[in-house]
Amino acid sequence: MTRIFLLGLILVLSVPASVGAVVQPDEMLQNPVLEARARTLSQQLRCMVCQNESIDESDAPLAHDLRVLVRERLQAGDSDAQVLDFLVARYGEFVLLKPRLSWRTAMLWGLPPGLLLIGITLLVVAAARRRGRAQEPAPNLTAAEQARLKKILTDSGGS
Amino acid sequence: MIAELGHYALMLALGLALIQGTMPIVGTRTNDPVLMSIAVPTALAQFAFVATAFTALAICYVISDFSVLNVFENSNSQMPFIYRLTSIWGNHEGSMILWVSILTFFGALVAVFGNNLPAVLKANALAVQAWIAAAFHLFILMTSNPFVRIPQAPFEGQDLNPILQDPGLAFHPPLLYLGYVGFSIAFSFAIAALLEGRIDAAWARWVRPWVLGAWMCLTVGIAGGSYWAYYTLGWGGFWFWDPVENASLMPWLAGTALLHSAVVMEKRGALKIWTILLAILTFSLSLIGTFLVRSGVLTSVHTFANDPMRGVFILAILVVFIGGALALYGWRAPLLKQGGLFAPISREGALVFNNLFLTTACASVFIGTLYPLALEALTGAKISVGPPFFNATFGPLFIPLTVVMPLGPLLGWKRGDLLGAAQRLLAAAILAMLAMAAAFAIEQGGPVLAPFCAGVAVIVMAGAVTDIAERTLVLRLPFRVALRRAIGLPRSAWGTAFAHFGVGVTLLGIVAATAWGSERIAEMKVGDNLDIARYRITFTGLFGRQGPNYHDIVGRFIVRRVNGDLIGVMEPSRRTFPTRNMTTTEAALMTRGVSQLYVSLGDPLQNGNVAVRLYFKPQVLLIWLGAALMFAGGALSLSDRRLRVGAPQPAKTKAALHSAG
Repeated sequence: MTRIFLLGLILVLSVPASVGAVVQPDEMLQNPVLEARARTLSQQLRCMVCQNESIDESDAPLAHDLRVLVRERLQAGDSDAQVLDFLVARYGEFVLLKPRLSWRTAMLWGLPPGLLLIGITLLVVAAARRRGRAQEPAPNLTAAEQARLKKILTDSGGS
Repeated sequence: MIAELGHYALMLALGLALIQGTMPIVGTRTNDPVLMSIAVPTALAQFAFVATAFTALAICYVISDFSVLNVFENSNSQMPFIYRLTSIWGNHEGSMILWVSILTFFGALVAVFGNNLPAVLKANALAVQAWIAAAFHLFILMTSNPFVRIPQAPFEGQDLNPILQDPGLAFHPPLLYLGYVGFSIAFSFAIAALLEGRIDAAWARWVRPWVLGAWMCLTVGIAGGSYWAYYTLGWGGFWFWDPVENASLMPWLAGTALLHSAVVMEKRGALKIWTILLAILTFSLSLIGTFLVRSGVLTSVHTFANDPMRGVFILAILVVFIGGALALYGWRAPLLKQGGLFAPISREGALVFNNLFLTTACASVFIGTLYPLALEALTGAKISVGPPFFNATFGPLFIPLTVVMPLGPLLGWKRGDLLGAAQRLLAAAILAMLAMAAAFAIEQGGPVLAPFCAGVAVIVMAGAVTDIAERTLVLRLPFRVALRRAIGLPRSAWGTAFAHFGVGVTLLGIVAATAWGSERIAEMKVGDNLDIARYRITFTGLFGRQGPNYHDIVGRFIVRRVNGDLIGVMEPSRRTFPTRNMTTTEAALMTRGVSQLYVSLGDPLQNGNVAVRLYFKPQVLLIWLGAALMFAGGALSLSDRRLRVGAPQPAKTKAALHSAG
């Protein structure tokens, strides 16, 4: 149900499609340190039946179950990494909102810094070439080029 | 009858678009001024017919003509008038009509105000504009016709999606579309320049006002959507890195880069080829934004199959326009001459830096948004790319950009004095350091990133002020003289300062609201108190309230200072719409300065208690205030005399040449 009307929203707008309910009071742990860890973890875990919502934001029953599960693992003494591993083993990589680095996600993580490096390299090369060109004396225009220049300048006002 | 009229008008508009898209181009090839001039009347007539179609649909909605399928599916006679009107674009078909209305409106504007354009450029640009319009008209007529009738007209409509029954719907989509579609002008001019194989600095002068206008609309459109999400979604988030949001952010990033590179092109004749490419990319991203989101392909590969015709059509439009434009670019761009030399440390250099980081940031958003899709299509593996990824890639790209931002306007063209500029920024830098230290001290050992970003925000704001102070010499000259200088400054200089200041303001708001906000989640019974920041709220009970087409269950909360002073009442509610049997969360917001208290209700519990989420969002309004400042900056630049007057008339050059030789 939620999904269907959210789709309506998504069709038209750039408002994200979630009617959040966030974590419920009865789910929260007494221990504030554990609860804080649970919240941080919840924000990195996807509610798998929702559109791009973390389990921390979603009101879907599955998100509720996962929130409770995360808290159970934390109370059982798991580290943050162990909780994530547990969920990945159960639900696959899809559950992580921040994909782990692997051969599959190499391009995902590599491209942003890679593109920046390529951009910088291109700029440095272009600057070097420009500097080289700037030192050469500007070539005089040939007679044919002069004529063409004049034609272009004349054309620009006409027609 | 009215619906049929609208349908017919749209078909006529398609016919006109086909004429406008071919005849003027034939004219430019055969050097026939009559054929070229056809573009103007056809652009005007096309707009008139599309406006007729839009009006026809609007009338169907206003009179609640449920024999029209689109009205039946998205409206209801009980809805307030304003929502009956805004539901025109609260659905796929209707929003496409809005899209083409704006597209042809811009085309008509170019036709009317383009008198100082060279005839060939104008004819070509209007023709390209018509190709886009034709594709959209065809798309609407073949796959998304809003004028389809139902044989047996029902008595009542199915109602607009309750989430969309909000004043936000009146502003957000039109502004967003003004932005998306406004970039089509830059695209058309870029393609026209490529067709002609010639481009000069005047091109940038002509295109820049359109880019600026589109950018302004997109800025407030995105900000408005963000504020809407903030108060609607019930937990105070304002940006989610959702594919839908990313779809609007990408054209904004590319458009911002375009805005800056066009300055270099206009002032110095450099970066021409790059600017053309950016113009193409910006509108391509707008198209992708409009379409990929609609096709549902971002949600799941399989939703494409829901309406294969629509999906294939969308794909075809994207391939033809983006692929075609880039192919044309690859073929013709080498013909364009580069010009304008500059040293790496210069105003141009700073703007190139801006472009490098903006486009890389844009690319990283693009990759993050589409990578899961590509991976699933190629390997079948499903991964999620969510906010943590974007924060980790977009953030590091955006921060250097903002750090360098104040330097740009202080550097000279061609060859800048970095040391001098840095010295002039000394006061701003000290201020930023102090802000950083203060934030760090108040925070008492919290995350280091937040005070750092706050410092960056301060240096951006102080840098913008420094820029104006340096130009007016306000600290060195008598105030009266400085004031005269300030009035005499080109409006575009004020525009830059305002917009840059706005970026700092937004950044500060983001940092404060995310890093220093507080949150309380609790189950409350009548009479319970909950403290947050310097405030205390008391729950005094639930009551029912009937709206025009919904029923509210309202929670009443008294807000006091912790010391007991009464401040006011907040009334968040759960709103139920019987027609769709849906419930939404209506949060209550109380503004204190630029900070906000935010209360939202969970489902009422069986024992009569309520689940309450209470947030204190410090400086949160700065986020949107900053966007308003960016808009104001854009408006100031747009009012600059140099843009209004337009580019120098080529005729003068000709006369000068003749007299000279």
